[in-house]
Amino acid sequence: MGYEILGLPMAYYIAMVLKVLVVFVFVLLTVAYSTYAERKIIGHMQVRLGPMRTGWHGLLQPIADGVKLFFKEEIIPSKADKFAFLIAPLIALVPAFIGFAVIPFGETIEVGGYKIPLQIAAYYDTASGQVVDLNVGVLYILALASIGVYGIVLAGWSSNSKYSLLGGLRSSAQMISYELAAGLAIISVFMLSESLSLQKIVADQANGAWYAFKQPLAFILFFICSIAEINRTPFDLPEAETELVSGFCTEYSSMKYAMFFMAEYANMVTVCAVTTTLFLGGWHGPGFLPGWFWFVAKVYFLIFTCMWIRATYPRYRYDQLMRLGWKVFLPLTLINIVVTGIIVSL
Amino acid sequence: MESALFYILSAVTVTGTAFAITEKHAVHAIVYLVTSFFALAVIFFLLGAPVVAIFEVIIYAGAIMVLFLFVIMMLDLGHPERARLPGIREWWPALALGTVTLASALALVVSRAPAISAPGKAIGVKEFALALFGKYGVAVEVISMQLLFALVGALYLARKR
Repeated sequence: MGYEILGLPMAYYIAMVLKVLVVFVFVLLTVAYSTYAERKIIGHMQVRLGPMRTGWHGLLQPIADGVKLFFKEEIIPSKADKFAFLIAPLIALVPAFIGFAVIPFGETIEVGGYKIPLQIAAYYDTASGQVVDLNVGVLYILALASIGVYGIVLAGWSSNSKYSLLGGLRSSAQMISYELAAGLAIISVFMLSESLSLQKIVADQANGAWYAFKQPLAFILFFICSIAEINRTPFDLPEAETELVSGFCTEYSSMKYAMFFMAEYANMVTVCAVTTTLFLGGWHGPGFLPGWFWFVAKVYFLIFTCMWIRATYPRYRYDQLMRLGWKVFLPLTLINIVVTGIIVSL
Repeated sequence: MESALFYILSAVTVTGTAFAITEKHAVHAIVYLVTSFFALAVIFFLLGAPVVAIFEVIIYAGAIMVLFLFVIMMLDLGHPERARLPGIREWWPALALGTVTLASALALVVSRAPAISAPGKAIGVKEFALALFGKYGVAVEVISMQLLFALVGALYLARKR
């Protein structure tokens, strides 16, 4: 344990790699099984059974789907722009996963004398006895969300198909509009926490009440805007099957289609994890179970809520969606900021 | 470690920008430019300015470039074979700007000014905001007025006759 690389102990690097591996595998499994959960939950809500044939109650269904997509023929349309067509799924997928780097998912644990915070982009500073993480963590997540738009826009444009282009245009307009409202909704959280570090925001909620109770309006607005931003029902206009075949990914097949599919579900998991961290107290919970358990439980509950919404509400019309974003949500977030400002300064 | 990262990132920035300039296809050029913005953002981060780094990504890479892409898609400009070489009148503003940039870079190299080293600790959001709206408040207001003029101008041009 005495080795040092670039002034940091060896254990620091081992812990970092292990954290990345564990989180990545866990998120991948969650993404795979949330597709199964979605089919099962919606199935039961519609008095159907959902997948039943592959394994016990269809438990092997995600694996069968993955294998199927892996062995499918890969088709690239002859008039497609190859360069953009090939990189678009990657641009969609990578930001969806690397957002987890700044999310704290548990308390600081002690292994062999080293204190390791359960957050990838963080370390324990022995001099000050504090956990140091990225001091602009929330903005980092917003930045990644704004990069994710490229994947969808490029996919829609490069396929050289009317449906794809319309889907791409719709989704970029929708993501940009709702990103604004989601970003403004978080500002009222910053005004209470006086920090953009997620570690500090979680610690702040442990001392007082959850921000979901202090900022109920911001909580609801942020969650709805996030659902709109990741293009899920009832805001899944970009891939409205009835009018646009399947929107920006109409021309995609095989693994490239699977990448968009994974990106969509990974985005949902990220959004639920961010909402948990910002509004639901992060990993804090009753002390008889470890922090990561409470974190996972809260995230899974929010994922269930997303699916519940999908099974309950019909899809919005496009003009309604834009009106809701710009004329209802945006003014509401601004009013919320003003009211929070007045209360904080009193 | 930092200097190795810096050289890798600057190589990516310069290569990306070079490709963005030489690429004939507008959409591809945007992808290269976004790549170079991304590398530039990480350089800002290494210099101890995480806020600037994140805003580089959110505003330049995330918002402005998406808007460019949007316009190119809407106006169907993604056909390099239809493009024509700009005339001599369109060249001189670019030449003037290029000369100014190159001359200032040259002046910097000739003057042998000492390189600015990164501060020991990263600048937080609070310090950043206090400097921006306190010390440089007037400059911020002037720039926001300029953006307002642009907005009014765009509204005027796009009005229904």
